[in-house]
Amino acid sequence: MAFLDKHKKLETNATLLLIFAFLVVTIGGLVEIVPLFYLNNTIEKVAGVRPYTPLELTGRMIYMREGCFYCHSQMIRPMRDEVERYGHYSLAAESMYDHPFQWGSERQGPDLARVGGRYSDHWHVDHLINPQSVVPESIMPKFGFLMNTMIDGQYVADLMRTNAEVGVPYTADDLANAKADFAAQADPNADSTGLLKRYGDKVNVRNFDGKPGVSEMDALVAYLQVLGTMVDFSTFTPDASR
Amino acid sequence: MSNGKPQSHGKGEVETTGHSWDGIEELNNPLPKWWLYTFYLCILFAFGYTVLYPAWPLIHGATPGLLGYSTRGAEAAEMKAWQTELAPLQQKLVATDIAAVKDDPTLLQYANSSGAAVFRTYCVQCHGAGAAGNPNGGYPNLLDDDWLHGGTVQAIYTTILHGVRDPHDPDTRPAPDMPAWGQTLQKADIANVVQFVLKISGQTFDATQADAGAKVFADNCAACHGEQGKGNQDMGAPNLTDAIWLYGDGSQAVITQTVEYGRAGVMPSWTGRLSDADMRSVSIYVHGLGGGK
Repeated sequence: MAFLDKHKKLETNATLLLIFAFLVVTIGGLVEIVPLFYLNNTIEKVAGVRPYTPLELTGRMIYMREGCFYCHSQMIRPMRDEVERYGHYSLAAESMYDHPFQWGSERQGPDLARVGGRYSDHWHVDHLINPQSVVPESIMPKFGFLMNTMIDGQYVADLMRTNAEVGVPYTADDLANAKADFAAQADPNADSTGLLKRYGDKVNVRNFDGKPGVSEMDALVAYLQVLGTMVDFSTFTPDASR
Repeated sequence: MSNGKPQSHGKGEVETTGHSWDGIEELNNPLPKWWLYTFYLCILFAFGYTVLYPAWPLIHGATPGLLGYSTRGAEAAEMKAWQTELAPLQQKLVATDIAAVKDDPTLLQYANSSGAAVFRTYCVQCHGAGAAGNPNGGYPNLLDDDWLHGGTVQAIYTTILHGVRDPHDPDTRPAPDMPAWGQTLQKADIANVVQFVLKISGQTFDATQADAGAKVFADNCAACHGEQGKGNQDMGAPNLTDAIWLYGDGSQAVITQTVEYGRAGVMPSWTGRLSDADMRSVSIYVHGLGGGK
């Protein structure tokens, strides 16, 4: 084992040790990480997945700010019990525009990956203001204060630009109209043609919290209502071998 | 520093590795055999595992493994196994006219149990664990025989299929929003019509105001709620003459709020989220809760 005896040279030379340790870690990294960028099953393209609208993206920031992910995961695993309860298992593509993704591992509360469209806006508002009013056994804290903070989307274009920086395909058109789209989505009387043209006809355009103006509640409910609704599973069947 | 020379610790004693640091020496004790062979076995097992299960990344995909296992495939197989087992019942349920299910004891039993499971998973968040609804948020009670959109099992099924005011379902229950009359009616008119509603629902009321309110009701409210205020199930307009209230307790304050700000409860459409068999089951379950017509 003459080769093994040579490791004394490495152990007694800090620079050499550093270089070889780096080499070993690099090889490990290449083998484990690089395939994720080219293997077909990790970059599955799925029709329907689109970047978040400005209002939804703001709602996502509120979701993270309030730490919803402490208790709620957004990852339905491919197991019968989860699929029966929450809906079709999550696909990697469904969180391709999430930076960072909200898969999570804590489930004090139910999984939210497909909560969109499952309840009415009114229910979400009731539930966020006082969860125990609709689910008496709930241990969720109250988030009624979201109704009181009005937001105008002043910085939403910057937020989108930051997301574009890490790969979300927001176009110059999206960025230029960010503030207008932000306001249009929460106002059913506003002209939403531009918003629907940019983000698709399925975008929910409603006064989510039922009160005038755009509050943080509007943004959060808009985000919750789009979760898991982008992929149409009546037309898309995932490859089972993946 | 290490002096690099293996030093003996006397005959029969353990060799050192030759590492000696400030006089502290590293003994070269061999690993116990059982430990060493377990370790080698683990390495062998790991290789076998990578052959049997998906593992090594290649150009377009990872090696699929001899067993052909995938988590998605396992989920699909398990779902299919259950569906195959339940298929005869579910197909029969879907093929049977929903009103005739009650005549088939086996089918009824299946529909009631599976409907109860669906209800507990998807419906209790709004309608409550006991299906008694929640007047604080306007979530209807499903135990009484007061129905907004019809209480026959067929009507319940239609409501579940398409929801109420679901913005994404073109076949959703055609229920116009109750307008916010605070924007169009005078304060006095609203106060009067509230007294009229208190009158027709058999509560204490102010006679003068209620008489004035009768005209306001006929002009504005009767189109949906009917001239007698008995409601209209084709429009989802509640009956105002019974003591059952969708919102709150039917007190003057709540009725005033309803008239001033309007109401428009939404129930999501369940088509696409639930299977047809599940929607039929839960309709039959809800119909059987006590209030079904």
